[in-house]
Amino acid sequence: MFFTYLRRELRRRRKAALVVALGLALGIGLVITVSSVSTGMRDAQDEVLHSLYGVGTDLTVAKEAKAEEGGSAPQRFKIEGREDGEKASETDDRLMPLGGFDNLDDSVVDKVAAQDGVATAVGALALNDIKFTGDFKPGEMKKEEGKPGSGGGPRVGGGGADIETETFTVMGVDVSALSVGPLSSSKISKGANFAATDTEALKAVVDSAYAKDKDLAVGDKVTIKGKKFEVAGIATADTGASTSNVYIPLAQAQKLADADMKGKVSKVYVKADSSDAIPAVKKAISENVDGATVTSAADLAEQVSGNLSTASNLATNIGKWLSIAVLVAAFLLAGLLTMSAVSRRVREFGTLKAVGWRSGRVVRQVMGEAFANGVLGGALGIGLGLAGAWIVSTVAPTLTATTGGEQPGGPGQGGGPGGGGIAQQLGEGAQQSVDIALKAPVTLSVIVLAVVLAAAGGIIAGCFGGWRAARLRPADALRRVE
Amino acid sequence: MYQLTTVTKRYQRGKQTINALEGVDLTIATGDQLVVQGPTGGGKSTLLQMLGALDRPTAGSVSIDGTDLARLSEAKLTKVRAATIGFVFQSFNLIPTLSAQENVETALVPLGVKPAARRKRAAEALQLVGLGDRLRHLPSELSGGQQQRVAIARALVKEPKVLLADEPTGNLDEDTRDEIMGLLAGLWKDRGLTFVLVTHDSSIARRAPRLAVINNGRLKVTERTP
Repeated sequence: MFFTYLRRELRRRRKAALVVALGLALGIGLVITVSSVSTGMRDAQDEVLHSLYGVGTDLTVAKEAKAEEGGSAPQRFKIEGREDGEKASETDDRLMPLGGFDNLDDSVVDKVAAQDGVATAVGALALNDIKFTGDFKPGEMKKEEGKPGSGGGPRVGGGGADIETETFTVMGVDVSALSVGPLSSSKISKGANFAATDTEALKAVVDSAYAKDKDLAVGDKVTIKGKKFEVAGIATADTGASTSNVYIPLAQAQKLADADMKGKVSKVYVKADSSDAIPAVKKAISENVDGATVTSAADLAEQVSGNLSTASNLATNIGKWLSIAVLVAAFLLAGLLTMSAVSRRVREFGTLKAVGWRSGRVVRQVMGEAFANGVLGGALGIGLGLAGAWIVSTVAPTLTATTGGEQPGGPGQGGGPGGGGIAQQLGEGAQQSVDIALKAPVTLSVIVLAVVLAAAGGIIAGCFGGWRAARLRPADALRRVE
Repeated sequence: MYQLTTVTKRYQRGKQTINALEGVDLTIATGDQLVVQGPTGGGKSTLLQMLGALDRPTAGSVSIDGTDLARLSEAKLTKVRAATIGFVFQSFNLIPTLSAQENVETALVPLGVKPAARRKRAAEALQLVGLGDRLRHLPSELSGGQQQRVAIARALVKEPKVLLADEPTGNLDEDTRDEIMGLLAGLWKDRGLTFVLVTHDSSIARRAPRLAVINNGRLKVTERTP
């Protein structure tokens, strides 16, 4: 009887039922879409952070450089001229540590690894390779005569230089633990990654964008500081923002660097035992490693700006409140329409009470109808929400995430193709933008939330109607008939 | 047996107090038939509601077989209505979305009768009122007389002790009225029901063995010798 009565009533009042269901559907659909977009925003931010950090990295440890009086010493390049005054073709190749950070000793990596809650800690050395190639012609001594007041002494004239510079970034990576560290944010698209035994190998992995620019393929050679490294693999960054142009084994990077980089790293990449342990690990490292600047994903997230950040704020703030407002309005509408439906059925319910139906049974009937309406609204809402999420994912608007400070890169601080990569990865230096296509993934938890909301909507509406039905006295109901 | 002792019922309508019943004393023996007549607003329906355990008096007592309905809780009044009293209304009061058989079944739902037994008994009750071939028809597919027969089947399917009819022929034409009155009179006699009938119809009132006239809440009973 319950289900027969319920089904027939919903069929009879299908327009009103549809209005209630559509109201709920709109609210629920909006919640699903906004939640999915928010998830997409979070995923996009995670993606940006992963590109900065590497997927498996939870924390990075670095040591900020101390400000030197009068600034850092300028880099000098030396191209020797020929004594015979003929034009000289010379090359100077410098492999220098990236500015902004003091280097850390290898021992820091072990110290960090020894902290409670640390699963893995690896070091990496970020370097900048600047190559000067040029034709240099020395000036000639000329003696000028006959010009009053000119002094009549010899003068240097002619000469000049035609110099080309090439800059790229080199990252020395710990080949024994590639799941953490700068290369973990890239996938090997061609060739192979380093093997754990490649600690001293003259092998390189090249970023795909750099490889394309320089027409490099697997098996080709890359010259770094006069040494030829064989390209073993091409790495494609997950978000298109690579952390370096060329990756080589850490030991080779330490050996080749101009400054004394033996046993030095510029940054330590840390993987915690669990995400819950990250704050404790961060605290432990900060306390136990002198001068260490420990950065977590959460810290970096605050540095992400651009329209990704704006859109994320929109989704989490305006979107959330809009969804809540629509949902509350839908619940109220459903409740009022259910109450109104009960008012129109006073005679019906009065008659049922007169023939002996308890108030509870009448209320259950009303609640059942409202709940069914809620389920219908939930189903429509899930459909609407999925459609909304699908549209967002299909249109996939491009959002730009900007990372790093607004510190212009000077010579020796990047500037070549992808030169901002390491600066960006180190969290300061040149500002870098990453374009990310927004997706709106619908998770199971969002669907569960929608079902719960639909049920809640139905129950709330049923409570309104049930309250009205429960208060109905059969005598009053039948008196109204007269 | 019904025993009403100085029953008073007052309603508050805004600032005005309506005296629907004023010190009504009435006894209706088991198996008796009482016809109640009176002008509109005189208190006929209020009296019927007191007898039907649909409402409680403001003062006085309404007892049925020694149980004072005025002292029963709402749940117990509901039980009395479910098991003891059958109602027939002027507007039939059928559930528009349910078939004739399902409408009759609604009277058996509160008694906890199993669905299969419910269907069987409802079909038998409809057979009894001459609607055996209309079980699956919706009220909208039935004439006024047929709808009232469904309502009578609903009132009788639970085999009540009391049948209360509130102007059951008020919405029917003359022929149908006689048909329905004949049916009710037959059932009353066959089943030994206590039957209270409220009507405006003087031709029905004239045939009643016992007539109660109610006006301004005051009741006057006239006994007639057959």
